[in-house]
Amino acid sequence: MITKTEIPDAPLTIAGKKFHNRFFLGTGKFRSKAALAESIAASGTEIVTVALRRIDLEHHEENIVEYIPKNVTLLVNTSGARNAQEALRIARLAKASGYGNWIKIEVINDSKYLLPDNYETIKATEMLTAEGFIVLPYMFPDLYVARELVKAGAATVMPLGSLIGSHQGLKAKEFIKILINEIDVPIVVDAGIGRPSQAAEAMEMGADAVLANTAVAAAGNPAQLAQAFALAIAAGRLAYLSKLPSAQSHADASSPLTGFLFEQ
Amino acid sequence: MITLEEIKNILEIQNPGQIERLAREASEITQHYFGRAISLYAPVYISNYCSSHCTYCGFHVRNRINRIKLTGEEMHKEMSHVAQSGIENILILTGESYKATPLFYLKEAVEIAKQYFSSISLEVYPMEAAEYRELFEAGVDGIAIYQETYHRLRYAQVHLSGKKKDYDYRRSAPERIARAGIRQISMGILLGLANDAGEDLYELFEHLRWMEKNFPGVEYSVSFPRLRPIKGLGFEPSYVTDLTLIKVICLTRICFPRAGINLSTRENARLRNHALELGVTKISAASKTSVGGYTAENPEELDPQFDIQDERPVDEIVQMLKHRNFDPVFTDWRRIDNESAA
Repeated sequence: MITKTEIPDAPLTIAGKKFHNRFFLGTGKFRSKAALAESIAASGTEIVTVALRRIDLEHHEENIVEYIPKNVTLLVNTSGARNAQEALRIARLAKASGYGNWIKIEVINDSKYLLPDNYETIKATEMLTAEGFIVLPYMFPDLYVARELVKAGAATVMPLGSLIGSHQGLKAKEFIKILINEIDVPIVVDAGIGRPSQAAEAMEMGADAVLANTAVAAAGNPAQLAQAFALAIAAGRLAYLSKLPSAQSHADASSPLTGFLFEQ
Repeated sequence: MITLEEIKNILEIQNPGQIERLAREASEITQHYFGRAISLYAPVYISNYCSSHCTYCGFHVRNRINRIKLTGEEMHKEMSHVAQSGIENILILTGESYKATPLFYLKEAVEIAKQYFSSISLEVYPMEAAEYRELFEAGVDGIAIYQETYHRLRYAQVHLSGKKKDYDYRRSAPERIARAGIRQISMGILLGLANDAGEDLYELFEHLRWMEKNFPGVEYSVSFPRLRPIKGLGFEPSYVTDLTLIKVICLTRICFPRAGINLSTRENARLRNHALELGVTKISAASKTSVGGYTAENPEELDPQFDIQDERPVDEIVQMLKHRNFDPVFTDWRRIDNESAA
């Protein structure tokens, strides 16, 4: 498969676990669980996130988790939590139900914009890491908050690119860049990424990974778009590693400001 | 925010091209925010006692129907029957009798429902915030409360007696529900009750917008049940065409991209199938609208609140959804202990 293209890169390490594919896939809104399974396979993603609220623990319906291969890391998310306490309860329930201890914290208390509540997210991160969870918090890209999350033991920081499901791409680019420069845990750009080119852009500027969901789920051919994302993310990573020239440099031979110094 | 004028203009459109454009916009937004997921639920009526006289409703206090209130044992029977079909999301309904179905009775129903379902909603009489809080702590995730019509004069004309006559107490219920910490609130209007659907829709949008602003953490959904004539009631609703209903759904989706839109089995299969593409995100399946209707030995002897138009069993609804490239969602909430939630 094309996504197996080898690039000279160290694996992405999160909580001691190594990942060779830097595309994370969300599992909501797909037309069918088969379409999800195909997207996982086509992209070669090694980490997928599932809302606990969507897992049928009583097995009355096709369990979404059964469509996720065993070698893929399952990242249960706390979708539906409105505060840190609720996120904690959802995480505990996930662990008790046998879905491991990797948790993506989503604390959202606004149903119109679905923006994450950074304050409650910090509290949830503190509480969950204290209980031994590997915590990957979804957040609004704010440097102070990112620092607090790291202090609280977050394994990664997952800033939004733009509003969930908006496909607007990297609206928060400048602020994510600051996190990339200043924060030592992996930065995974989450939410709002609607096109592979936007994912590539995030990777070129130094993000460690990108998560996409709605764009893939709503595509005419989800598996194909998932693969396109994985390729774009690999390409963006390769470009970043190549130390690509920054956009500001002009291939301009003339020196209008200092040329006079050298004029005879 | 959309104006009353704009709503009225859109409701008057007859040009197929313009209607198709409206539908496309609604369809795109729906795909964008909800993808291909459609949630399924089923109603369970546990009592038809009612102390209000609403001229359009078969359960009203003066209508001579067989009054039934399920016992705990009967609730188990009805709910386990519904749960066997795979439904995880239940809507428990009663008539509006504070006396026959007091808070402790509703809580008993919730306790029983918890044994069978992952998410529980109620559609009952409006109450105080502290009472809603008790329901929340008992495990209720959602409350449906419809204003029926926002038109005060029309409201007074059709609500002749009983607590439901109190327009303002009902109008302020969503606010009390939100204060109580309930996660999901479903609001709506009864199409065909007021002569002007546009005015009602505008008022509903204003109400919903106000709720969103003041209680942003709540997940909102809306319903647009169409009134149908009920046998022996002598109430003639204003006729609301399929076209109007579809435009109402599209407009709602465009104005409220993330709000859920419910469509019950009082609409026929064909309309429901098509409405899925336009903004509907939640549908009921294999519903019975009479008390004890799922397991009654002689269901024809029971009095339904309204007649079902779409009688497809859950399996058939699931097949239809898959055929139309939708993912039928049974489980969309996992009950966490509501007790100490802020």
